[in-house]
Amino acid sequence: MTIFVDIAALDDIPPQGARVVRTAQGCVAVFRTADDRVFALEDRCPHKGGPLSEGIVHGTSVTCPLHNWVFDLNSGVAEGADEGMVRTYPIRVEAGRVLISAELVTRSHAA
Amino acid sequence: MKKKLVVIGAGMASGRMLEHLFAAAPDAYEVTLFNGEPRGNYNRLMLSPVLSGEKTYQDIVTHDADWYAAQGVDCRFGEPVVKIDRKNRVVYSNKGGAPYDALVIATGSAPFIIPVPGKDLPGVVTYRDLEDTNAMIEAGIAGKNAVVIGGGLLGLEAAAGMAARGAKVTVIHLMGHLMERQLDPAAGYLLQKDLEKRGITVHCKGATKAILGHDRAEAVLLEDGTVYPADLVCMAVGIRPETRLANDAHLEVERGIVVDDAMRTSDPHIFSLGECVEHRQQLFGLVAPLYDQAKVLAKTLLDEAAEFVPVQTATKLKVTGCDLFSAGDFAEGEGREDIVFRDPGRGLYKRLVLQDDRIIGVVMYGETADGNWFYGLMKDGTDIGEMRETLIFGPAFQGGSRLDPMAAVAALPPEAEICGCNGVCKGTIVNAVEGGAVTLDAVRACTKASGSCGTCTGLVQQVMAFALGGAVVEAPAGMCKCTDHTHEDVRRLIKSMGLKSIPAVMQDLGWKTVGGCHSCRPALNYYLIAEWPLEYRDDRQSRFVNERNHANIQKDGTYSVVPRMWGGVTTPTELRAIADAAEKYDVPMVKVTGGQRIDLLGVRKEDLPHMWADLNAAGLVSGHAYSKGLRTVKTCVGSQFCRFGTQDSTGLGIRLEKLLWGSWTPHKVKLGISGCPRNCAEATCKDVGVICVDSGFQISVAGAAGMEVKETEHLASTPSEDEAVEIIAAFVQLYREHAKYLDRPYRWVAKVGLDWVKERVVDDLAGRRALAERFEISQSVYRRDPWAEHSTRTETPRWAPLADLTLEAAE
Repeated sequence: MTIFVDIAALDDIPPQGARVVRTAQGCVAVFRTADDRVFALEDRCPHKGGPLSEGIVHGTSVTCPLHNWVFDLNSGVAEGADEGMVRTYPIRVEAGRVLISAELVTRSHAA
Repeated sequence: MKKKLVVIGAGMASGRMLEHLFAAAPDAYEVTLFNGEPRGNYNRLMLSPVLSGEKTYQDIVTHDADWYAAQGVDCRFGEPVVKIDRKNRVVYSNKGGAPYDALVIATGSAPFIIPVPGKDLPGVVTYRDLEDTNAMIEAGIAGKNAVVIGGGLLGLEAAAGMAARGAKVTVIHLMGHLMERQLDPAAGYLLQKDLEKRGITVHCKGATKAILGHDRAEAVLLEDGTVYPADLVCMAVGIRPETRLANDAHLEVERGIVVDDAMRTSDPHIFSLGECVEHRQQLFGLVAPLYDQAKVLAKTLLDEAAEFVPVQTATKLKVTGCDLFSAGDFAEGEGREDIVFRDPGRGLYKRLVLQDDRIIGVVMYGETADGNWFYGLMKDGTDIGEMRETLIFGPAFQGGSRLDPMAAVAALPPEAEICGCNGVCKGTIVNAVEGGAVTLDAVRACTKASGSCGTCTGLVQQVMAFALGGAVVEAPAGMCKCTDHTHEDVRRLIKSMGLKSIPAVMQDLGWKTVGGCHSCRPALNYYLIAEWPLEYRDDRQSRFVNERNHANIQKDGTYSVVPRMWGGVTTPTELRAIADAAEKYDVPMVKVTGGQRIDLLGVRKEDLPHMWADLNAAGLVSGHAYSKGLRTVKTCVGSQFCRFGTQDSTGLGIRLEKLLWGSWTPHKVKLGISGCPRNCAEATCKDVGVICVDSGFQISVAGAAGMEVKETEHLASTPSEDEAVEIIAAFVQLYREHAKYLDRPYRWVAKVGLDWVKERVVDDLAGRRALAERFEISQSVYRRDPWAEHSTRTETPRWAPLADLTLEAAE
């Protein structure tokens, strides 16, 4: 079972936007959609390393700001003609708080 | 001997529980019922018809005195319970005690009061029970101003009820659209439109700062400075479980009173249900799960095994004329897909959220007859793969076999009207196609179908496809995959239909996706800014990263910072401030740009607001080196120093830059001002160039020096600097009002023709002045430094990471 840790209030993330969480495994982009769903993806486009957290969020997709690759926030898989994917992490919202998988805190010990 | 059951709270949940209990075992318990309100159980869901005057209290009573008497219930109404003595199993009200064998806490919820100054003034009410409702009715609100804080279910019902009683109602809602927990932005927009039609003002993204007034509420002040007069203020921002009694009795309480699957609290003799409980970390506000709890608790009290399993519930708004339906779990999940149907003409919107070929969410607006059918499919987890193509059309379209989505069009009679603007029916279009018009343009040319407002374009294409036997019809080049409308159509319709938000455009022009895409969103944001400068508020989340962060993103995710240098002129003080900032923030590269200013490259995002606070303090403002807007005005030194200079080209450049800066345009705009025909400022390859001559100013436009190189074309000559400035402002405004997003001026002029431009900004003096005035209206909003609002104490932290888990890991 996934253990979650509280990282912030939902309102700290703009709707149709994202914020970055620094982790021992690199930066993770935490997205909030227009209907208040949240997603956590590796903040690094597999194409040229662009920060996905700075992309335009539309529906449940995000467009990389560097060269317009589009990723599905659910799966982390590139859409359309581009091939590639980024890691996704368990995340959820509870009572207005954003909780992210505790693996992002603990794995650094093993590493 | 009968066991003693004490119930605290005569609400809908405990009322339903007692019904089940008496029906199953009328003689099991001797019941004592306490209630703080001086009355028994009534249907709280029907308070809004009472408020609007459609019903009276008598109409909504569910259990009257006769019912309680028949069941032998000892009613202690108007007696709030003050204490639970768990050790001796006695409950005390303000009047006396009652012993129990079993105790049910059903204290419900209390309205949440936002802690703003003025919240305790007379005239500030909540909306939870009959007292609140009567207070609003008795305030005699007809003709008065009422403000409702909170645009959720409860707030909107209060607003509609007061409006029905003749009040002038304003709803203030913190979020971007109404009922954001149940509706997506598109449906929220339609709801807002319907409420506005009834005269209710809706202010979204409004944070209440204070309620103003001396002896009683007089007005509501928002954080953005807006003030709404208010004789009555109704707070309906939310509820919290009423847990004080349980807390005092040291029962386990989290957000609500914690109960297990049998509705038992941490004390085996005490049970709880309703809005005051928390079950598996979940709270409950809608009535359906509360009724399920009632059923379970009645069984538990009779020592029968029962388990409460919360199910998803659907929401409907009880406001006459606003037809909405929302159901399902919109929480996070993977592999979701949407089916969206919009009919702008009738204000319809339907959206199904699918996962693994099953419906997991439904949002409908305008026509909700199929809501329960979708809800049924969702609850049953029905595999909809077979009927997916016609699913959104509802049960009427689900035959035994897979249906053709064209069936709806095929079924229309020949006289069915397709294009409302021009009165073109299906038969006419079919005849045109059979007569050889096989492209949309050809059909438009010979029938006028979809030639006016264009909203029926999709339908016309379907009729054509039907007439051609399913052959592919060429689609017009839409803005992007989200719409078949062209940029030009969208601009025209935004104006003619008065569309003032991105959800409004997407709904009324029938967008095919839920939230647009990276291509159409920035374009729509620009078109709305250009059309409604005073009313539309810039949507930062629809901007490309550079314009959102007011800096240029670089390949490694750092940014470049370029302060404005008016006309390329700077001072030792400014240079010192730039040098200090470069050192303080470890800027890896300082470079002089082609636009006569200085670029600081490699700045980290979280440093941007700090750096700009320093630069602002030295009087420097953003150079907008990242924007689809006014970039630079490049000048030469002109008559002030140059021995060849004929006019003060530097001064004119500074004047133009101070006039134009901050404006948003379809693409970037660069100017060059040269003091003589030697043209040291390279003005003849800019979007707008001025060559100063002895007799005055030669203005030319539509140059390019990028992927294409093109010399400017002469627009006008004038002896007057003032006139030159007005012509340039009018040209920029004409470009702003007509060009397609991402067309540089040279592309746009090539499309409309230089003569067309000349007629409007040179020959037609009144038209030129009007253009310049419209530009000035827009500039009254946008001629300002973005960093003034971003480098504030509250905003600066938002530029840093949300959390740093590397620190926690180290601990």
